Amino acid sequence: MLLAILSGFLLATVAPAVHRQTGMNSGWVLAILPAALFLYFLSFLPAVGSGESIVISYPWVPGLDIQLSFLVDGLSLLFALLISGIGFFIVAYAGRYLEGHKDLGRFYVLILSFMASMLGLVLSDNLISLFVFWELTSITSYLLIGFNHEDATARRSALQGLFVTVGGGLALLTGLVMMAVVTGSYELSEILSSGDALRDHGWYVAIVLLVLLGCFTKSAQVPFHFWLPRAMAAPTPVSAYLHSATMVKAGVYLMARLNPSLGATDLWLILLGVFGALTMFTGVFMSIRSTGVKQVLAYSTVMALGTLTMLIGVGTDTAIMAAMAFLLAHSLYKGALFLIAGILDHEAGCKDFLQTGGLRHALPITATFAAIAALSLGGVIPMFGFVAKELLFEAVLEAPSLSGLLSLLTVASAILVVAVAAVVGIKPYWGPRVETPKTPHHEAPPAMLAGPAVLASLGLLFGVGVAMVDRGLLSAAAGAVYGSPVETYLSLWHGFNLPLMLSLLSLVLGLTIYFNWDRFRTATGFMDDLKRFGPERAYDKSMDGLVSISEWQTRVLQNGYLRYYLLTILLSTVALVTFSIARAGGLEIQMSLAGVRIQELAIVAVLLLAALVSVTTSSRLGAVASLGAVGFSVALIYVLFSAADVGITQVLVETLTVIMLVLVLFRLPGFLGLTPQALRIRDAVVALAFGVMVALLSLAASSTRFADSISEYFIRESEPSGFGRNIVNVILVDFRALDTLGEIVVLALAAVGVYAMIKLRAEDNRK
Amino acid sequence: METLMAFVVGGLFAAAIYMMLRRSIVKLVIGLILLSNGANLLLFTQAGMLRGAPPLVPLGATQPEGVVADPLAQALILTAIVIGFGVLAFAVVLIHRAYEVVEADDMDQMKDTDT
Repeated sequence: MLLAILSGFLLATVAPAVHRQTGMNSGWVLAILPAALFLYFLSFLPAVGSGESIVISYPWVPGLDIQLSFLVDGLSLLFALLISGIGFFIVAYAGRYLEGHKDLGRFYVLILSFMASMLGLVLSDNLISLFVFWELTSITSYLLIGFNHEDATARRSALQGLFVTVGGGLALLTGLVMMAVVTGSYELSEILSSGDALRDHGWYVAIVLLVLLGCFTKSAQVPFHFWLPRAMAAPTPVSAYLHSATMVKAGVYLMARLNPSLGATDLWLILLGVFGALTMFTGVFMSIRSTGVKQVLAYSTVMALGTLTMLIGVGTDTAIMAAMAFLLAHSLYKGALFLIAGILDHEAGCKDFLQTGGLRHALPITATFAAIAALSLGGVIPMFGFVAKELLFEAVLEAPSLSGLLSLLTVASAILVVAVAAVVGIKPYWGPRVETPKTPHHEAPPAMLAGPAVLASLGLLFGVGVAMVDRGLLSAAAGAVYGSPVETYLSLWHGFNLPLMLSLLSLVLGLTIYFNWDRFRTATGFMDDLKRFGPERAYDKSMDGLVSISEWQTRVLQNGYLRYYLLTILLSTVALVTFSIARAGGLEIQMSLAGVRIQELAIVAVLLLAALVSVTTSSRLGAVASLGAVGFSVALIYVLFSAADVGITQVLVETLTVIMLVLVLFRLPGFLGLTPQALRIRDAVVALAFGVMVALLSLAASSTRFADSISEYFIRESEPSGFGRNIVNVILVDFRALDTLGEIVVLALAAVGVYAMIKLRAEDNRK
Repeated sequence: METLMAFVVGGLFAAAIYMMLRRSIVKLVIGLILLSNGANLLLFTQAGMLRGAPPLVPLGATQPEGVVADPLAQALILTAIVIGFGVLAFAVVLIHRAYEVVEADDMDQMKDTDT
């Protein structure tokens, strides 16, 4: 199983090489993998069809309790079969569609990686690995949408898709972790059986909202639907695969997957039902309003995603069965229609339905399969789409609540879907011949026809022989979503009942709209103005806002003035320390000047005076001299208080410092007095505040000791272990010799730097 | 004495920070020197100050007689003084070099990375 999922990534690494070797047949060669995977997953069907669910587990990060575990039940098997099956046709199709494209090798890498991520996502049992695969699909999708990266629109669309889905992914991760905390397990197979614990927990609402945010963004639900039509900037095989059959269904998959543990509450029903229904109607309405071939299909995908969400929300066994049937039907006809859209573009150069017409003579095979797929989309008997649509009507009519609203939106959508189907299936091929940008000379090559032909035919086959998919796969999938086996079975003919009447009604009204398509679009033209208030506008605004906020904060924080950086750091430190002291209830300070000798007092006075002079003098020599006075006073303090070695070092270093400053500073101009008086006072106040703080902390720290000093050890062991009588020296060269080595390295580096800069200057002068 | 030293350290810090807030790069370096003196003294004060008790072991003994000053703090300060000097040497050459390029002792003219 692990190999099956990772094989996509493995093949992706060598795909460009394979492509170079096999040339124009590379599509067929690489498509062997998805085909093999399809057969492999098919071998699970007997067991899963009889209601089993199989868990396969490998340790991944044992310390964090993350396992690479996989769950094969009806739902994941249905998805795995769709992904690998459609993947086969997509890879084969892409080989011809992008033939001669300079980046075809890169395309294979991405599409195979995407397939593997998607398989990993639907088969993962562990929440963390599920999330990792979830994000991998977002990233590969980003790269695929932006495949034509020299096109600014494609780049923008790719970024938009990425922001929306990854933003939702963050929310999802939080939701998943909370779910794992509540249930005590990261394994889906265990979480699914602890639904009651989740629903009764105080975090339930938060978990549902976070998880749904992830699912809604991924599956392009209103108001996040705008990125999906934009994603059509990708090459057509990508649109067919990612944005109709698989990736966008990841959100639907997760909602279906978690339905047994999160579902069956009013919150779930209302959120999924209402947002799903709104998405469904918005999608189909935008679809009939569009004219671009891929736009129409993209919006009708939004419609399908909304329908699936709504059905999962309704949650009755009929609704779940309808969702699974609709999922399968949609993947089949939408995959076919997208691939046909690619053929129209490839052969006739058509990107807009208004430019098409009468192509049935030039592309007879394409026209046939387009018609079959469109019939399934429109839900016409005897297609599989009809079966799904009947069940959809039945489910919303029987919905436990909100039935009226959902039914109304469903029927309205169904009417428009018929019109969309007619646009897609009839408009390009019938009627008068319209001049197309390219004149088609021949049918598309077999590699490109195979996908639409098989997928569209399956839609017909499953409709007529509905029992083929009913009792094995679909009821197992529905059972996995419902949480217990479902009793509803599919049939082509339900008898004369309300759903059938609604079907007929939608057919008639839909065709009426189709024949008045132009008038319909003109009549609803005012809707274009509403775009200004749409969610995409909000997205743009927030992106602009993000940019201007970062510009503003860079301007304020990274202003390039050292003194403002310093001021910020100093004032924050003073404020934070004051705050901490105030919270701790003040400092314990013991002050005593007892025992201070007169010579010490004199040294301290000299030191402070010298420091003051060095700060206030306007003469450079004066500043250097008083610095020297400060340094030698410090040395005297060391000597007086038992630190002879330190004192000697200080004297040496201070002498060198003064010499060096005199040598260098006198090549520089004198002090200029650059700052006005007010700023000097401000700086003095800050400096004094910081000085007072340090003094107070020093006082407080003198009377506090948190741990025993390790000096005792050094004093005790200096002679016996270190064989030295000067304990400071023994520490430096023996106990802490590595520190000293580091110090020497620092000095050496500084010396090299100094030398280099002097050398550099010399060479500059020579020029 | 620690009380007195606390104010000395505070005074050195205040002077150092005032100098580091100036626009002149020479004053910045003077500030750095004052700051490193202040920091060393702070460490020295915190270790406890003893008169006439250097951390030395007399000839023939294995332990010092009586209480001696903290040798660890002295070792750390020694290291700090030397490293401080290395940094200072580097900084002084650097400002000299910077002055040659910018031809002003003014940090506001060194804001850009281009010069």
